[in-house]
Amino acid sequence: MPGKHNDNDAARQTPMSMTLAEKIIARASGRERVRPGEIVTCEVDLAMMHDSSGPRRQIPKLAELGVDVWDAAKVVLITDHFVGERDELSIEIQSLTRDWAAKRNLGGYHEAQGICHVVLPERGHLAPGMFVVGGDSHSTTGGAFGCFMTGIGATDMAGVLATGSIWVRVPQTLRVRVDGVLGDGVAAKDVILAICHRIGINGANYMTAEYTGSGVAAMVMDERMVLANMAVELGAKCGIVAPDDVTCAWLAGVGVDVADAQTWQSDDDAPVAREIVVDAAELAPQVAAPHSPENSAPVNAHAGTPIDQAYIGACTGAKLDDLRMAARIVDGRRIAEGVRFFVAPASVRINEEAEREGVLDTLRAAGAAILPSACGACIGLGPARLGAGEVGISSSSRNFQGRMGDASSQTYLSSPYTVAATALAGHIADPRDYL
Amino acid sequence: MSESGRAWVYGDGINTDLLAPAAYLKGSMEELAAHCLQDLDPDFARSVKEGDVFVAGDNLGIGSSREQAPQALQMLGIRTVLAKSFGRIFYRNALNLGMPALVCADTDRIRSGDRLRVDATAGVVENLTSGETLACESLPPHLVEMVADGGLIPHLKKKLAGGR
Repeated sequence: MPGKHNDNDAARQTPMSMTLAEKIIARASGRERVRPGEIVTCEVDLAMMHDSSGPRRQIPKLAELGVDVWDAAKVVLITDHFVGERDELSIEIQSLTRDWAAKRNLGGYHEAQGICHVVLPERGHLAPGMFVVGGDSHSTTGGAFGCFMTGIGATDMAGVLATGSIWVRVPQTLRVRVDGVLGDGVAAKDVILAICHRIGINGANYMTAEYTGSGVAAMVMDERMVLANMAVELGAKCGIVAPDDVTCAWLAGVGVDVADAQTWQSDDDAPVAREIVVDAAELAPQVAAPHSPENSAPVNAHAGTPIDQAYIGACTGAKLDDLRMAARIVDGRRIAEGVRFFVAPASVRINEEAEREGVLDTLRAAGAAILPSACGACIGLGPARLGAGEVGISSSSRNFQGRMGDASSQTYLSSPYTVAATALAGHIADPRDYL
Repeated sequence: MSESGRAWVYGDGINTDLLAPAAYLKGSMEELAAHCLQDLDPDFARSVKEGDVFVAGDNLGIGSSREQAPQALQMLGIRTVLAKSFGRIFYRNALNLGMPALVCADTDRIRSGDRLRVDATAGVVENLTSGETLACESLPPHLVEMVADGGLIPHLKKKLAGGR
């Protein structure tokens, strides 16, 4: 009815449809609705920190503010960066972290139990609809469970610890639709590397990357976590997958109440800024050449490139399903002469389960050395750090110059399947030849 | 908020691992800062001066959430960072430390060594060497206030003291 305002008409109008991420931000900011670009202040449901970004950085900032944490029950502290490092500084950091946790009744303190992004859901800290911040860029991983979870720096974290709130600009949405089912030997890692190449590193800067489609529905949680984890490689503020039966079954298994999971879905007609479609069946295994995840190409572009080391590790690529992929490829085979093959299960629980299933035996029998459950070589620490001029292939998420070792080292990124096939061949190889 | 200094110009994709190498994260900030950008330009940390301006292309500060990346630049004397685009966590981190991070589409027009005067509030960069004036995107008002207070901690301190 142009030119005429009627209250009844207004009441009959459906509220503006929103994406899942917008619904969570609206709820956390106490608004009925939010629109992309708006700046709002959100109440934080959970703040996660690790030993590098945690107490050692927070103590002086909180002291300057003259306050302590706003709600200890909403703070989870997980050590993973300097775990396994025994130099004086690392020991000092771990001891300071432990002491800080001991003085507060935190929602969780998990020491040396694995990498924070994997331990956090594993210990039942995440549920759909939560607004969560983490003191690490790969905090986007939590979005796999239907949370809005984003990474922040140390001063932002101090602000959260002091006040329980944080400002955000409501992100626009990039919808990534994965249609169909991935071929055998192709994994979520290949999907996200292909997207990194297609839209470029930072191609989704400040956006929400929402993953949908039959290809995502068919993925187990460990695979969905890879998509959410590497959303940050697209520059995204969060990566999110709406909860479904797979999510609920997984969360129920770790004791999380998922009664309201159906509430946390994107509206079908919610506007998004951009949509891209990935044809899962057509996708080949991908390999990202040094020094950026966006340098991805089908594996045959790099097949034959000799490597010194193959690494299955990090929050991105050493969950139980990742270890199973690697074990399936190397089962009954031996790695190439002169190649080092390291496996660092992402958490202690995953390590136990992989041991129980015989996955670790299979990997060891092929020549793998099992490393502690910590960030390790992904941040250039531990025995798998690359030396000068060395070439590595890794199931982790970043191959920036010098990140995994010496500035002159070279890192290729791929799925656990491709890392394992490469370890066997001694040069970059297509895992489909080993199925 | 008017600063002038010498420009240090770099390209696209200057990431947090280059700015704050992980091998030095557990040590002191002073030591870390001495290794800032060592894999790209070993001369930078040695030669940068108080008040200088860091200029980059696209995606400055992509990667890690480590605040030590902008903090190292700040500790070495950098007072403003200009880029065509930023990694979002780096952007927040820089502003939280009280260091203006400004989106400027024309950073290609700046040469290393140019003298720049930056007005962060107005969003204007004067290139005193070339005589050009370049426009930046202006910061949202709440961030202008926070940066003027010296960053998030002093800003919050003021607010907490004010019993908001």
